[in-house]
Amino acid sequence: MTITTAERTRAVAPVTAAKQRRKGGWIPTLGLLAGAVYTLFPVLWVLIASTKSIDQLFSTFTLLPGSGLFTNLHQLSAYRGGEFWQWMLNSALYAGVGGALSALLSGVTGYALAKYRFAGRAAIFNILLAGVLMPPVVLAVPQYLLFAKAGLADSYWSVLLPSVISPYGIYLARIYAAGAIPDDVLEAGRMDGTSEWRLFRSVALPMMAPGLITVFLFQFVAIWNNFLLPFVMLGDDHKFPVTVGLYTLLLQGANAPALYTLVITGALLSVLPLIALFLSLQRFWRLDLLSGAVKS
Amino acid sequence: MAARRVRSAPYLFIAPAVTAFTLLLAVPIGYALYLSLREMRITGLGLGPGARAERWAGLANYSAALRDHELLAGAGRVLVYGGLLVPVMLGLALVFGLLLDADRTRLRAFSRIAIFLPYAVPGVVATLLWGFLYLPTTSPGYYVLHQLGMSGPQLLQGNGMYVALANIAIWGGTGFNMIVIYTSLRSIPAELYEAARLDGASEFQIALRIKIPMVLPSLVLTFFFSLIATLQVFAEPMNLKPLTNGISSTWSPLMKVYRDAFTRGDIYSASATSVVIAFVTLAVSFGFLKLAGRRAYGEDNS
Repeated sequence: MTITTAERTRAVAPVTAAKQRRKGGWIPTLGLLAGAVYTLFPVLWVLIASTKSIDQLFSTFTLLPGSGLFTNLHQLSAYRGGEFWQWMLNSALYAGVGGALSALLSGVTGYALAKYRFAGRAAIFNILLAGVLMPPVVLAVPQYLLFAKAGLADSYWSVLLPSVISPYGIYLARIYAAGAIPDDVLEAGRMDGTSEWRLFRSVALPMMAPGLITVFLFQFVAIWNNFLLPFVMLGDDHKFPVTVGLYTLLLQGANAPALYTLVITGALLSVLPLIALFLSLQRFWRLDLLSGAVKS
Repeated sequence: MAARRVRSAPYLFIAPAVTAFTLLLAVPIGYALYLSLREMRITGLGLGPGARAERWAGLANYSAALRDHELLAGAGRVLVYGGLLVPVMLGLALVFGLLLDADRTRLRAFSRIAIFLPYAVPGVVATLLWGFLYLPTTSPGYYVLHQLGMSGPQLLQGNGMYVALANIAIWGGTGFNMIVIYTSLRSIPAELYEAARLDGASEFQIALRIKIPMVLPSLVLTFFFSLIATLQVFAEPMNLKPLTNGISSTWSPLMKVYRDAFTRGDIYSASATSVVIAFVTLAVSFGFLKLAGRRAYGEDNS
């Protein structure tokens, strides 16, 4: 609506003024390109550095590609019998399953909070939201101790379960449900005698899908990038996600610089899935949800 | 009957979340509070049965935490780090957001994606990348300076460390905040600008007088989240540590909690310290929201 009005106004604006404005466009363009150079530079560096053998890494000019990419990939894959790929797989498991469960839980909770009036609704929402403010480490230490008591520390569950509850996801899902599901549709369903659960599953859930995909993506990235929780919970290398795995590699690299090339190659490989996910699902990133500006 | 079904339905829908919240957040917080009031009493050498016994400590852990020089120094370091990070990151995010919104800008899609890209890079990996870029042996910046017969500043020592760490967070966070601000800029009706242009306002004046005040709520939101993230900085200094001697194992308060709990096995004082951090975070958050609520949204904050 606003866009069409704007375009119309722009069209009738005097051609000379429009031309004049377009002419000076290089200042903002250059400003943004400078920002892009800053953000892309480390990515360029890691792309080049991963092609270098260990000698080349410390001796040749850093932006000169080397000849060791395949050796590096091979050595990384061979490291402790393919442990790196186990880490990648673990990250995919934690982020994929955790993100999906979190999106579903946020969806059903946000829906209930947005579409029903019930006693204690505001109180429950506020308490859930306060969870956002809890520093993860304050939670991680007692969570670890309690998981240890339950015999669940150092298990896949110890990383998956705490990732499932996302106060922020619930908040986003509630905003989205409030904007995307018309009350009359639900009322019509109730008139027809549809059960509340069916109403949620067959009517509300499909309407909330775009919002829930956003919640899933946010959680996926948050879990994939998480370091603290798995770092505290896990002791067994085989269950590490790639972030903790790379940290242990780097730690050993301090004594054995030969591992640095593996760390660099591993760093590159660990961001590729996220960048691919991010570029391919770009249109699903409903970032406007963040500012609470939802238009249905 | 239908009415009763409708009445019980929302409780069934929120039951899983409330259960998970209770078990995974409320109980651990309660447990941390409990532990923070306990201590381990060791008699003799601490060997044999009964030599180690847990007992009430009252507020002893808290008074020890508040008098701890390392914790206070860590809080000071985080303050300097945050003082550097938050204004630069949000300033850049605002400038980039405004540049994206300027209607003369070209290559908009490319710049937007490129600047947002670091969001998809884990803090651990971002730290690794910049860590190597800070190392004189692997950094192209130092190489160029060396060829020119100059030596660059040492970023992994002394005060350079604040710049080194803040830069990693700025790199990772600017794009995300830029998108939040840009999104809210797009929702400003274009008529406002046209009216201002007719009155002879320059693009710069429009940005300053119309756009920035209109996106103030988004700025408040991004400031709020940046503040919380800053108070909890952990992964970046932890991962930069293997590359330098300049970061101690208690560089940030959270690193101290980690060390106390897992290296020293003193879960009691670690719990007290984390409760103090949580309390400060909550106090800062609520204080800020109250202040911002009055300023940014006017008085109608009901």
